[in-house]
Amino acid sequence: MALPTRLLLEVVTPDRAVVREEVDEVQLPGAEGYLGVLPGHAPLLATLTVGELWYRIGQQRQYLAIAGGFVEVLPERVTVLAQTAERAQEIDVARAEAARTRAEERLRQASSDTDFARARTALAKASMRLQVATRARSRV
Amino acid sequence: MPSLIDLRRRIRAVKSTQQITKAMKMIAASRLKRAQDRVVAARPFAQRMLRVLNSLVRRVEGDAHPLLRAPEAGSGRTLLIVITADRGLCGSFNANVIKAAGQFAARETSEGRAIALGLIGRKGRDFFRRRGFDVRYEQVGIFQRLSFAHAAEIANGAIDAFTSGEVSSVYLVYNEFKSVMSQKLVVERLLPIARLDEESSRGPTTDYLYEPSPGEIFTELLPRHVQAQVYRALLESNAAFYAAQMTAMDAASRNSAEMIENLTLYMNKVRQAAITREIIEVVSGAAAT
Repeated sequence: MALPTRLLLEVVTPDRAVVREEVDEVQLPGAEGYLGVLPGHAPLLATLTVGELWYRIGQQRQYLAIAGGFVEVLPERVTVLAQTAERAQEIDVARAEAARTRAEERLRQASSDTDFARARTALAKASMRLQVATRARSRV
Repeated sequence: MPSLIDLRRRIRAVKSTQQITKAMKMIAASRLKRAQDRVVAARPFAQRMLRVLNSLVRRVEGDAHPLLRAPEAGSGRTLLIVITADRGLCGSFNANVIKAAGQFAARETSEGRAIALGLIGRKGRDFFRRRGFDVRYEQVGIFQRLSFAHAAEIANGAIDAFTSGEVSSVYLVYNEFKSVMSQKLVVERLLPIARLDEESSRGPTTDYLYEPSPGEIFTELLPRHVQAQVYRALLESNAAFYAAQMTAMDAASRNSAEMIENLTLYMNKVRQAAITREIIEVVSGAAAT
């Protein structure tokens, strides 16, 4: 059987379906490192971490900030079940910056009752949003 | 016989009530639209989740995860999560849930299991809190800004109680949105997670690569699945509430229209009677002279 030439990428969160498109390539933030997926990839199930997802249609790359979840990869489709997912254009930069400052503040003034894991996740999420947002702007 | 003025006053009162019920109907209709959209938007996630879960469950031992483990029969405590609305004026919406929850509790008790309640929504809380039930937690006012975080919190509470052995099963009771005209009352088991039916797990099997191991993915996936189910129940209940409120307010508006019609008819009769009486008085007065 010939290999499929394109991938159907679906990104869904509990609230909505974010992406449903035919794409040429996807890169995902796997829990154990970034995963690049081309059409015809072997079936794979992986957990995802806070990170940047991009997909390519022709020469056009689209960026998304995603946090947590799973991905199911099949030769002709990729399904991402994320906790949150935002397109680069949708990211509220001011809010992300505020969140980053807050998280940094919490880590700096660490006391015994600081929830370190949570603060660090918050920081990672905020930084990732900012990074992805920058990508969207720099490509204009 | 009531006086004309009294009747006019009553008609005016009914009219202003009708205006309110009409407005509430409109509001409920517009909120219903939004709530319905959210139910639809949440569907793909739940479906994909189930598909992934189905393909995983065949590769993992039946008792591999504590959330799948069935409790020994007839022992322990049952947690019932009751989802009602925060507000009334919605027909039998809340009463139905409360009744079903009461019956469920009675049945569990008669079978020798203790029952604990988790109450979502003000109406259910107000009802059960005064009746000496063992209430584990309550959540009021979440429907105005319903988010996945609320569902996650509720689900995690249930998971904690279940894994620590405090409760041996968890059930949900809520109204499911069927159509604008009807809601379906649902009692479903949340934990332990039901064995996925043979039908759906038979399909063609795919051999996946796993990263990390299947067991670890499973451990991550199952709580998410529970959260998604709670989220769906909340969204369904929310949509069903607005549908019920819309139907109830529509009926109220129609009833008041009917009432206004009857009252107006009656008022005209009274007025006619008064006029007739006056004419008789004038005529008999003239005849006397």
